[in-house]
Amino acid sequence: MDLPQKGGFSFDYCRRNGMLMEKGLKMPGFRKTGTTIVGLVFQDGVVLGADTRATEGPIVADKNCEKIHYMAPNIFCCGAGTAADTEAVTDMVSSQLQLHRYATGRESRVVTALTLLKSHLFSYQGHVSAALVLGGVDVTGPHLHTVYPHGSTDTLPFATMGSGSLAAMSVFESKYKEGLTREEGIQLVSDAIRAGIFNDLGSGSNVDVCVITKGTTEYLRNHQLPNPRTYTSSKGYSFTKGQTEVLSTKITQLKPKVEVAEGDAMEE
Amino acid sequence: MDAALMGSPSAAAAGDAPTSGEHRMGTTIVGVCYDGGVVLAADSRTSTGMYVANRASDKITQLTDNVYVCRSGSAADTQVISDYVRYFLHQHTIQLGQPATVKVAANLIRLLAYQNKNMLQAGMIVGGWDKYEGGQIFSVPLGGTILRQPFAIGGSGSSYLYGLLDHEWKEGMSQEEAEKFVVKVVSLAMARDGASGGVVRTVTINSDGVSRKFYPGDKLPLWHEELEPQNSLLDILAAGNTDPMVQ
Repeated sequence: MDLPQKGGFSFDYCRRNGMLMEKGLKMPGFRKTGTTIVGLVFQDGVVLGADTRATEGPIVADKNCEKIHYMAPNIFCCGAGTAADTEAVTDMVSSQLQLHRYATGRESRVVTALTLLKSHLFSYQGHVSAALVLGGVDVTGPHLHTVYPHGSTDTLPFATMGSGSLAAMSVFESKYKEGLTREEGIQLVSDAIRAGIFNDLGSGSNVDVCVITKGTTEYLRNHQLPNPRTYTSSKGYSFTKGQTEVLSTKITQLKPKVEVAEGDAMEE
Repeated sequence: MDAALMGSPSAAAAGDAPTSGEHRMGTTIVGVCYDGGVVLAADSRTSTGMYVANRASDKITQLTDNVYVCRSGSAADTQVISDYVRYFLHQHTIQLGQPATVKVAANLIRLLAYQNKNMLQAGMIVGGWDKYEGGQIFSVPLGGTILRQPFAIGGSGSSYLYGLLDHEWKEGMSQEEAEKFVVKVVSLAMARDGASGGVVRTVTINSDGVSRKFYPGDKLPLWHEELEPQNSLLDILAAGNTDPMVQ
């Protein structure tokens, strides 16, 4: 069928690429999981930050997900990698910490969470793909750690993880200094996450922040919204009836008609 | 320590993110006996593939009051080994009622490294002081053998050092001499080995106890064709100079 040339998309290359791929061409793939998560130690506590994009291959699966997970009232943990694994491993350790608090009657320590996480991840030899930034304030002061899927851990004054970690680290490396105030800390973490959101394909949407100080934890969900929806109609969308022309109608009976050969049709 | 196994094809070349892959310590570690004790030294670079995951890591880990270990290879593996050995030595110290010897510590590391050799990628240098044999260095390389040596080197940077140590190491150095020697050795390896870098950390152990030292990257000796440290253009900008290209 000949169609008038009016512009629009050409899908010719899709068929060509499909043919080439059948013949063994490997197409460049998207990154498996994308995330920017960061954390830093400031004057009297820890600030954690995360973007809110969840991806499934090249698809943005969730535009506003939560990547800062609860571990204990004084400990939170940012997760990158496979969402199912970060969720499962943080939930598991958080319940172990709760039981430990019931048994001891004391506040959880960050090293306890760290040891539980690393021993689980090490025993799975990197197959549980959870890359974490763990932060909290306990009786021994503020702590920030990174945990890698193979179970190795680092202790740092500032840390980044995920595919956006390079963009975020460049912000930290140029602006971080010791003894930041709370406001400066939140600002720097937000800047680092924004660097990830704008420069990394795997990261996007909003900035989540969590500030932990001695005795108080503040979870600032959607602290910044650098990507608001600009295309929504305030009046909503409405279409007049008959907007789409009906070209043909064919009704197919899904339930076959039953003919009652014997007895009353109402009997069953 | 190298985040990626030394010599393995890099993940970046395969098209993966530069941060993917196991955490390895491409490393330079050194242990040297001197007259009265030992000095351990290490660089501070931990990398994953082509990315420096930690530029200030501490690869010299405490096992007991008088025994420390330098780690090289997989970060995860060597951390787990040192955690186990620290735990065993703590128990051992309580049961014995006196500090564990360096030999016992090194032998425990060897035991774990040998029995799990097919699962581990760990090269370690144990150093410490005890009242029986004084300062001692044990090297536990990849296969899980144990070697008592007057000096030991390890990690990817060590290949640049064998000749130098064969030539320059001498018995009966003073503490100052030994400390200066290991800093020189590690900084030389850092200058030639891409997987080693950052700062130099040292731990000195003798009958008086333990002392840690830290040598920042801009305070290290400069070697062949190395340039004087310069402030970043960003610092010059932040200082208010409008044209960063004009000093």
